[in-house]
Amino acid sequence: MEMKNGLPPRQGLYDPKREHDACGVGFVAHIKGRKSHDIVEKGLTILNNLRHRGATGADPLHGDGAGLLVQIPDAFFREEMARQGVKLPKAGAYGVGMVFLPRDPAARAACVREIERAIVNEGQQMLGWREVPVDDATLGPTARSTMPVIRQVFVGAGRKQLDRDAFERKLYIIRKASGHAIRALGLTNAGEFYVPSFSHRTIVYKGMLLAEQVGPFFRDLTDKRFASALCLAHQRFSTNTFPTWDLAHPFRFIAHNGEINTLQGNLNWIKSRQATIHSKLLGEDLDKIWPLIYDGQSDSASFDNALELLLMGGYPIAHAMMLMIPEAWAGNPLMDARRRAFYEYHAALMEPWDGPAAVAFTDGKFIGATLDRNGLRPARYFITDDDLIVMSSEMGVLDIPQEKIVKKWRLQPGKMLLVDIEHGRIVSDEELKRDLAAQRPYQDWLDRTQMRLEDIEQPREVPTPDTDKLLDRQQAFGYTQEDLKMLMTPMAMAGEEPIGSMGDDTPLAVLSNRAKPLYAYFRQLFAQVTNPPIDPIREQLVMSLVSFIGPRPNLLSPDSTEPVMRLEVSQPILTFEDMEKLRRASTFTQGHFKSDILSMCYPAEWGASGMEPALAQLCADAEDVVRKGTNIVILTDREVSVDRIAIPALLATAAVHHHLVRAGLRTRSGLVVETGSAREVHHFACLAGYGAEAIHPNLAFATILDLRDALPQKVDEKELVKRYIKAIGKGMLKVMSKMGISTYQSYCGAQIFEAVGLSTGFVDKYFVGTPTAVEGVGLKEVAEETVRLHRLAYSDAPLYRNQLDPGGEYAYRTRGEAHMWTPDAIAKLQHATRANNYSTFKEYSRLINEQSERLLTLRGLFSIKESDKPLPLEEVEPAKEIVKRFATGAMSLGSISHEAHSTLAIAMNRIGGKSNTGEGGEDPIRFARLPNGDSMRSAIKQVAAGRFGVTTEYLVNADDLQIKMAQGAKPGEGGQLPGHKVSKYIAKVRHTVPGVGLISPPPHHDIYSIEDLAQLIHDLKNVNPQARVSVKLVSEIGVGTIAAGVAKAKSDHVTISGHDGGTGASPLSSLKYAGSPWEIGLAETQQTLVLNKLRGRISVQADGQMKTGRDVVVGALLGADEFGFATAPLVVEGCIMMRKCHLNTCPVGIATQDPELIRKFEGKPEHVINYFFFVAEEVREWMAKLGVRRFDELIGRADLLDVKAGVEHWKAKGLDFSRLFYRPATAAGVAIHQSEAQDHGLAKALDHELIKQAAPALEKKKAVAIQSRIYNRNRTVGAMLSGQVARHHGHAGLPDDCIHVNFTGTAGQSFGAWLAHGITFELEGDANDYVGKGLSGGRLIVYPPKSSPIVPEDNIIVGNTVMYGAINGEAYFRGVAGERFCVRNSGATAVVEGVGDHGCEYMTGGTVVVLGKAGRNFAAGMSGGIAYVLDEEGDFTQRCNMAMVELEPIPEEENAAAAEGTHELETHGKVQIDHVGGHDDEMLKGLIQRHLLYTGSDRARRVLENWATYLPKFVKVMPLEYRRALAEMAQEKLRNEQPTPRVELRAND
Amino acid sequence: MGKITGFMEIERRDRPYVPVAERVKVYKEFVRALPDADMAAQGARCMDCGIPFCQTGCPVNNIIPDWNDLVYRGHWRDALEVLHSTNNFPEFTGRVCPAPCEASCTLNINDDPVTIKSIEQAIIDKGYAEGWVPPLVPARKTGKRVAVVGSGPAGMACAQQLARAGHDVTLFEKSDRIGGLLRYGIPDFKMEKHLIDRRVEQMGAEGVTFRTGVHVGVTMMAAELLSQFDAVALTGGSEKPRDLPVPGRELAGVHYAMEFLPQQNKVVAGDKVPHQILATGKHVVVIGGGDTGSDCIGTSIRQGAASVTNFELMPMPPEQEDKPLTWPYWPLKLRTSSSHEEGAKRDFAVATKAFHGKDGRVESLTACHVEWVKDAKGGGSMKEVPGTEFTIPAQLVLLAMGYVHPVHDGLVDQLAVAKDPRGNVKATTDGPGCYATSVRKVFAAGDMRRGQSLVVWAIREGRQCAREIDAFLMGSSELPR
Repeated sequence: MEMKNGLPPRQGLYDPKREHDACGVGFVAHIKGRKSHDIVEKGLTILNNLRHRGATGADPLHGDGAGLLVQIPDAFFREEMARQGVKLPKAGAYGVGMVFLPRDPAARAACVREIERAIVNEGQQMLGWREVPVDDATLGPTARSTMPVIRQVFVGAGRKQLDRDAFERKLYIIRKASGHAIRALGLTNAGEFYVPSFSHRTIVYKGMLLAEQVGPFFRDLTDKRFASALCLAHQRFSTNTFPTWDLAHPFRFIAHNGEINTLQGNLNWIKSRQATIHSKLLGEDLDKIWPLIYDGQSDSASFDNALELLLMGGYPIAHAMMLMIPEAWAGNPLMDARRRAFYEYHAALMEPWDGPAAVAFTDGKFIGATLDRNGLRPARYFITDDDLIVMSSEMGVLDIPQEKIVKKWRLQPGKMLLVDIEHGRIVSDEELKRDLAAQRPYQDWLDRTQMRLEDIEQPREVPTPDTDKLLDRQQAFGYTQEDLKMLMTPMAMAGEEPIGSMGDDTPLAVLSNRAKPLYAYFRQLFAQVTNPPIDPIREQLVMSLVSFIGPRPNLLSPDSTEPVMRLEVSQPILTFEDMEKLRRASTFTQGHFKSDILSMCYPAEWGASGMEPALAQLCADAEDVVRKGTNIVILTDREVSVDRIAIPALLATAAVHHHLVRAGLRTRSGLVVETGSAREVHHFACLAGYGAEAIHPNLAFATILDLRDALPQKVDEKELVKRYIKAIGKGMLKVMSKMGISTYQSYCGAQIFEAVGLSTGFVDKYFVGTPTAVEGVGLKEVAEETVRLHRLAYSDAPLYRNQLDPGGEYAYRTRGEAHMWTPDAIAKLQHATRANNYSTFKEYSRLINEQSERLLTLRGLFSIKESDKPLPLEEVEPAKEIVKRFATGAMSLGSISHEAHSTLAIAMNRIGGKSNTGEGGEDPIRFARLPNGDSMRSAIKQVAAGRFGVTTEYLVNADDLQIKMAQGAKPGEGGQLPGHKVSKYIAKVRHTVPGVGLISPPPHHDIYSIEDLAQLIHDLKNVNPQARVSVKLVSEIGVGTIAAGVAKAKSDHVTISGHDGGTGASPLSSLKYAGSPWEIGLAETQQTLVLNKLRGRISVQADGQMKTGRDVVVGALLGADEFGFATAPLVVEGCIMMRKCHLNTCPVGIATQDPELIRKFEGKPEHVINYFFFVAEEVREWMAKLGVRRFDELIGRADLLDVKAGVEHWKAKGLDFSRLFYRPATAAGVAIHQSEAQDHGLAKALDHELIKQAAPALEKKKAVAIQSRIYNRNRTVGAMLSGQVARHHGHAGLPDDCIHVNFTGTAGQSFGAWLAHGITFELEGDANDYVGKGLSGGRLIVYPPKSSPIVPEDNIIVGNTVMYGAINGEAYFRGVAGERFCVRNSGATAVVEGVGDHGCEYMTGGTVVVLGKAGRNFAAGMSGGIAYVLDEEGDFTQRCNMAMVELEPIPEEENAAAAEGTHELETHGKVQIDHVGGHDDEMLKGLIQRHLLYTGSDRARRVLENWATYLPKFVKVMPLEYRRALAEMAQEKLRNEQPTPRVELRAND
Repeated sequence: MGKITGFMEIERRDRPYVPVAERVKVYKEFVRALPDADMAAQGARCMDCGIPFCQTGCPVNNIIPDWNDLVYRGHWRDALEVLHSTNNFPEFTGRVCPAPCEASCTLNINDDPVTIKSIEQAIIDKGYAEGWVPPLVPARKTGKRVAVVGSGPAGMACAQQLARAGHDVTLFEKSDRIGGLLRYGIPDFKMEKHLIDRRVEQMGAEGVTFRTGVHVGVTMMAAELLSQFDAVALTGGSEKPRDLPVPGRELAGVHYAMEFLPQQNKVVAGDKVPHQILATGKHVVVIGGGDTGSDCIGTSIRQGAASVTNFELMPMPPEQEDKPLTWPYWPLKLRTSSSHEEGAKRDFAVATKAFHGKDGRVESLTACHVEWVKDAKGGGSMKEVPGTEFTIPAQLVLLAMGYVHPVHDGLVDQLAVAKDPRGNVKATTDGPGCYATSVRKVFAAGDMRRGQSLVVWAIREGRQCAREIDAFLMGSSELPR
């Protein structure tokens, strides 16, 4: 196969653009700048110890890439070059280019020539080449066969006396110019050409290597003469197994762990600056750098290129990093005014490169690291008493004696760590930013150049909403009754987007017979696995809707010598007044801004064919006015009328935006859209995604004002508009956060969409860069749809004379959109399965399958090629084997009733299929068989972000452990179980409090990247080595690449869900517009896995609106081994698609917790079994027709699929499935279905030793004490041991402290994960991320080594996301914990001496004591449990998220407590009785005493000794809902008035 | 919509009937309306289903959840607008429709369905009371002439739709008054006839020309029709009654229901009917357990019959259907009509073997019980149960056993339109060329095309046929289906 840069070319649905990576990153430096070989050695050691953060491909010797960045080892090079007779000039006066050259000698010669030519052209001196000595003995065959020839080129500073920076700039230009020249040669064999570095300060050694291969491979690195004062190391984990030497990190300035989500937008904006950018420093050389970023580069490489431009343009590296990854300033009231001004000023210069990131950077003078605004990647560092600083993704990467370490800390969200090597000191974040902010009068500049739209005086006359012919206008833009009733009314009333339930069973826009708005062809992309989505509500502090309208300043002129006025809006939805200000911008801004209004309408008589020329004219007009000085272009379709047709606003916006980008004019002008078409969140998101800086939805406003009288509540006009804007804003934040994007500015133009059903030609012309998988309609059909709507709007059709089209998108309507679930389909399915009548089932399946006239799904358009040698049915694999491949979908107990849930479980267990717990835990009584032999145990246990009821016992009682990364109905979003659905029983199973609503966060807080996922898989596999681990993904473009990464992360199973899957509750726009059909995602997954030779190791399941045997067959042919069904079995149980799941009013007792309604449940396991056998029977009939005996032989046979002949649908006829049906050419023996097992590497687990030693405890409950050393490579210690405990002793575990282990050292990730009751882990040392994850009753104690000189309460002791999803147990940490401490804790007790941001987020139970500072956003989404925070400085209120909690002092109540006598702390309960009575004083004191006892904490001692002084400084954080629930429980206790023992009050026992 | 928890809080409550003793004295409607507030509360029971099964259960696809909600919220006029958008004559269906919508109501799975039919009637009755039913006069006339033959519900709906599309419509009726079965089949106590007159008035204002007393195919030749009109709709109903050819059939006093019922309606309307067939003082036997049979029973009772006996050939259906296997479809179950309640004896699985008479007049009949045996193919055949033969007095026998197909003599034969195997005029209902007969520019709808059926089906077909005719005449149509 021909590879380009090692990646295979685009083929089928595989696109190398979609590749992702994540990694381990670290650096070591001597603060005073002392160069030594020791630093390089340490760098190599760091790499070795980060090995587990990388991955290997199909070939164990084949790594994803690793490397080092160091200072130029002058002495070494001097001697080396002297040997070939080259005398190097003095250090700093020569530069070294590290060059990967083609293996082909002729191509190599051409490249060498171009480099030399560039050196001469730029007036520098060619000194010589050096062959870099390498030893490829340890390389695997793939890496070796793609290895470039590696040489170094030495360049002397030219005659002209250049300063150092100018010389560096020349080297940059040489590299860029030669690179462009080589590209221009168009050589076929020059694929390996790449320049890892070209500088007089730094050099990069990297390659497609495993971490441990870097040292042996590059012999230079082990040479003692090779010295540097700093070393940046990086180990990559990519989602593919392809050889890519150039994609290894570090890049020239950075090593990056994370992902840039906004890449497409950033690239567009960079490109659009080309014409307006200029630089004094670079002068005319600037012209030589374009294109700045080559197409198809990785996000990290692109980031590096952009950073480089800033550095060459004169920014210091720290300044440039702050510009590209600013901390969250817009919503931070705590930020110093000057720093805020600094950020606000720079915001207009460049949009943030947004996404989870830990970026380590160096230019050879400074070395540092910064974290994204949300702090989503780990970065820890320590400083020794001999001036060494070591930063890395985790602790323990270097074995430095503890007594030498003077400081241990971590990078915090948005913060920067900077070492000034030249001046030999660490610059603190505070100092650095204070200095930078003070360097220039940013506030003055802002005051002079910045205008806020809301500050501009209100216009006296504002055109009133155009209500004339309102209905006609609404119809012209395709408004429906549903839009008004289901979307706009709730938004205008409640300020929120409405919620719906069940899946989307309507056709894709391209299959619909109805004219659809263009927006409907775009599907929102979302984060899964390689980067996390954000919770825009609970973590609002990082989110921002600030937008800039109008021209952008010159990026390379940071000093305001050329002031450019900037217009800022706090959010992008413009009111009537705002719009008027822009329309007459010149008047309102005293001439600073000039707007021009361009109409998106054209004469109706031109018809559909008039749209293309009209669009071209619009683009040309836009260019024209911008060239003439307009700096706000307003596109409007206000004048739509009987004679004027509006070009779809999205099309016009994207076309103009891209036209201006191409012309290099985009940053000279703002782009504002006034349109009648935008009415729901998705519409606004699309417009923003394709370049609109602000949007005025004139018709939507007119509509809600017109609705005013019909609204259930009287609200004034201003308020209605305000609420509607609020709803849209919230929705936009949600759409952005789904992809992990925090700011509107970087979302704008970022094109976070894929198209489904648009032709490539159309997309390439107007929506450049948007992926589209199955082709479809072009401008002609889009125009036709627009014209149809227009014609209808202005016709006399009686049906539409007085009313809008009914819609029928969200519910079945007679004249509305088609649905797969029709009344007949439901009736036939129910009748068939209840009466066990196969012929009625066939009637049902005909209704679903036959889509020759009613197009509903992509698979409906496929034909299956029957064999000319069909088999007799008897020869086909029996149905009872096929049904074992079936599973029911993940529906939580909570979203559906126990009755509905257990009926499915019983049915699946009877037939050997699998049912799924969903994310709500499982009642332990279901683990045992029923007397009749049935089992209600769900074979698949889901592990979702909420971790409800994910105990050790739950995990060991599973056949599959499914990590839910996303859900088809709302990928990228969390869930919420409303309080009214949390019954006592649900609360018990979920280990929470009845009546208290439960929030599932959008991301798993232990998965922010692919290597985190690998870690969680490893964790789960340790707890239950027998279970398969599965990862559930949702189909979107690039899901195949993610699946390959998942396979490399050692998942045994992956689920590809369609966008159309069901839900108990989801915002309507997510139901409709996120994700893609499983046919596309599954095909991409199959192709990518096969290309990567990974398919054999992993089972693939498809799910999403699976209904019939034909669906199963199509799924198998496209590559699925297994199948998930959810809605159909629910229908069999009696579901009639009420779509009221979120309201708890399900009238058939399925999706409700109301006992009255549950009584109406009529489902029977037999019915469900009948259904699955019918499906299997239909599969068999197909297999017979295809001449296939065994199901395995079907899998991946996409060649048996074809397009159904004779589909003459006006839109669908453009669809092209050839990429879906593509089968990559593979060598013989490459598996195309699951056929082998993953190697999880569990043999190395420390737990084997622990289990051996703990045998007396496990078998006879005899107490044991164990001693052990521990290192960071010992991950997930305790989980396997706990699994053993839970297997034999259940959740109750062993007697307290039955197994006591004393560790010394640095623990690897997930220390004490799911630690069971009866186990105590005592660690002298420190620990990394995820300590006590899922803690299930065990006790954790961590304190610094006795020999350590650090002050524990000022240093970090455990990493991020500690005690995530803890169920119960206790933990004592002597020192500070990282970010997200005790997130989703539901019952554990923890004492710690300080926590980072987002502490106790989403907590629902338990007790947390913080004896020190708590970071920002404490208690966000906290609905239960109590936290006590020692607030010595009295500023905790500012950092606490007060949305769901109240703060109170802790009363002294000696008497109250004494009267009841001493009682034991209820540390293992979920709702603690102590929380009911208010024994705060006593309980808090008791906990601190224990903390002292276990950890010897000085801080605890001090507090206890001065109790009276400290007690008033404690703040009690009390969730409002929890207080209410506690009060209700107290009431109940009074009512019952039986002297019940306290335990019975505990809700969850 | 409705109220989210309405169905859990509010019980079904339907309109009360006037007590039997009072209502049998007059030929007036006896269903009493509920107060608006009560009706609104009933509307609140609607669950606004994700799939409104009622809407597909209803042959005209009434948008039931929407108007239920509007009634609940007190927006009666909007409710009427929505109702009229699918149904030309809700005042007819609100009274005489058996309400398949209620059978398919989701609440009917395990609770009592919403009182959809009553709400429908309440909406339109209020509409008339408030003057919200004006004629919808077309803005433009097309100049096209359309003949609609047969003025039952199919013909009326077809004519009204076509008139509103701007065509010149002539509605032909062989009787003296417009309405077909509505006028002369359905007794006044089920539906008072001024309701039809009101619609006729509205349609007249909308441009429909009525020609009563013209029996096309008899008093006016089909060819004439074809030459005068651009299109013709056949909506003449299915009027050929099923006969009972047993000994004594020729005796006086044995009548088809449609010989008996129209006379009473005429009398109520104030006409003089010489030699009216009367049940007064007689032992009446009504053969046939359907709606027409019920109408015969109610009419007989009002006329003062000595006794009324109702025979049904089929066995007695179960009192409760097997809901898990029937919902949302129309279930087979024992239905007791208001007329049955008024005092008829019912007997099932009865076959009449002979009528006996004196002086040419029927005096009694002999019948027996039968047993239905399922054959291998799932069909049934009937067998006499030995020893069950019985004879009862019968001075008036009314045959209400349904209709076999349209009358072929006259119009159908003259046009020579193709017929389906059951003898109905052949035309499809979906896809290109639907509702068109084998003869150019001739269309057919209602019972004439589908065979005997419900009023609501007739309205649906009339509407849909109108759309096809409009499209045929104009190239495309904006009329709703």
